Amino acid sequence: MILSFTALLICQLIGEVLARGMHIPVPGPVLGFALLFGALVLRDRFFKGATPVAESEFGAFAKALLGSLSLLFIPAGVGIVSNFQVFSDYGLAVGVALIGSTALTLALTALVFGWFSKAESAGSA
Amino acid sequence: MNASSSLWVYLSASPLLWLTATMVAFVIADAIAKKFNRHPVANPVVVAVVLLVALLKLTGTSYETYFNGAQFVHFLLGPAIVALAIPLYENRHIVARSVLPIMAALLVGSVVASSSAVLLGWAMGAPFNILVALAPKSVTAGIAMGIARELGGEPSLAATFVLATGILGGIIVFPLMRLLRIKDDRAVGFAAGLASHGLGTAVAFQMSPLAGSFAGIALGLNGLMTALIVPVLIRFFG
Repeated sequence: MILSFTALLICQLIGEVLARGMHIPVPGPVLGFALLFGALVLRDRFFKGATPVAESEFGAFAKALLGSLSLLFIPAGVGIVSNFQVFSDYGLAVGVALIGSTALTLALTALVFGWFSKAESAGSA
Repeated sequence: MNASSSLWVYLSASPLLWLTATMVAFVIADAIAKKFNRHPVANPVVVAVVLLVALLKLTGTSYETYFNGAQFVHFLLGPAIVALAIPLYENRHIVARSVLPIMAALLVGSVVASSSAVLLGWAMGAPFNILVALAPKSVTAGIAMGIARELGGEPSLAATFVLATGILGGIIVFPLMRLLRIKDDRAVGFAAGLASHGLGTAVAFQMSPLAGSFAGIALGLNGLMTALIVPVLIRFFG
């Protein structure tokens, strides 16, 4: 568990250092995520006999952490107490933007996915 | 000062009390969500936030004091984002077979998610600081707060919008997909994860593990994409 947590922290730290040091406008953890994915792919290539990630302790730890993802949102969510003013001043604008944009995004994303998946299977048939 | 009030003065300012309160609120909220068969309206995050906001108001505790304790939970968002590389890696073969639809849906979805929120907000007269917080609303809280902070916005406001988007997405995704006659689990899952991050992913897992995996992929990819798009988008409104 300690080793798994340390590995995640190291990826995040490298991501943070790269983001700050090279002025990449991407949050450190996102770069850390890309780095870890790259590392796992390289591990496959160079260490053929290594334990599959799914069966490793590292995989189990990552899944446990992701399984409690909703808990991690709570402290930020309680921040709404500092922003009640925004909702009383711009509640309608914020409501329209959130509902409209979420519905539009869901619909277009799923439709585009469907169109291109048909195009792809038609192409391979 | 009597013993009980001095104990309160000590505890109310210590991280232990508010960290414990956060965990207890989540345990209660999760039990309530289970009772309602995980209906999206009884979202455990919403219930826990409502409980904690009420507790802060009742005890006259500031958000800063609360966050001093709750930050230990909040901090784990960073490592959790890094950990998303694992489901992406495990599903890399399915992903490799659906590269074209994934890339097309990612590109369209990511641009629509950020620009439609900013445009609608702008059209309704919201000021710049709200637009900056609206732009990353579809990505997971840790990333959205990072983006908002980079661009001089208010991270806690961005987190509030992220949460609202997650709950809205969870409620409307299935009725909307029925209306559009979309039955492909990959498409529904991908849309849920892209539009409403971790909370959408949780809902997609209720549909099927395949939908859940695609939601996880969308969550990770959109986090990366949005971090690249939003700084460019926001320049038009600055």
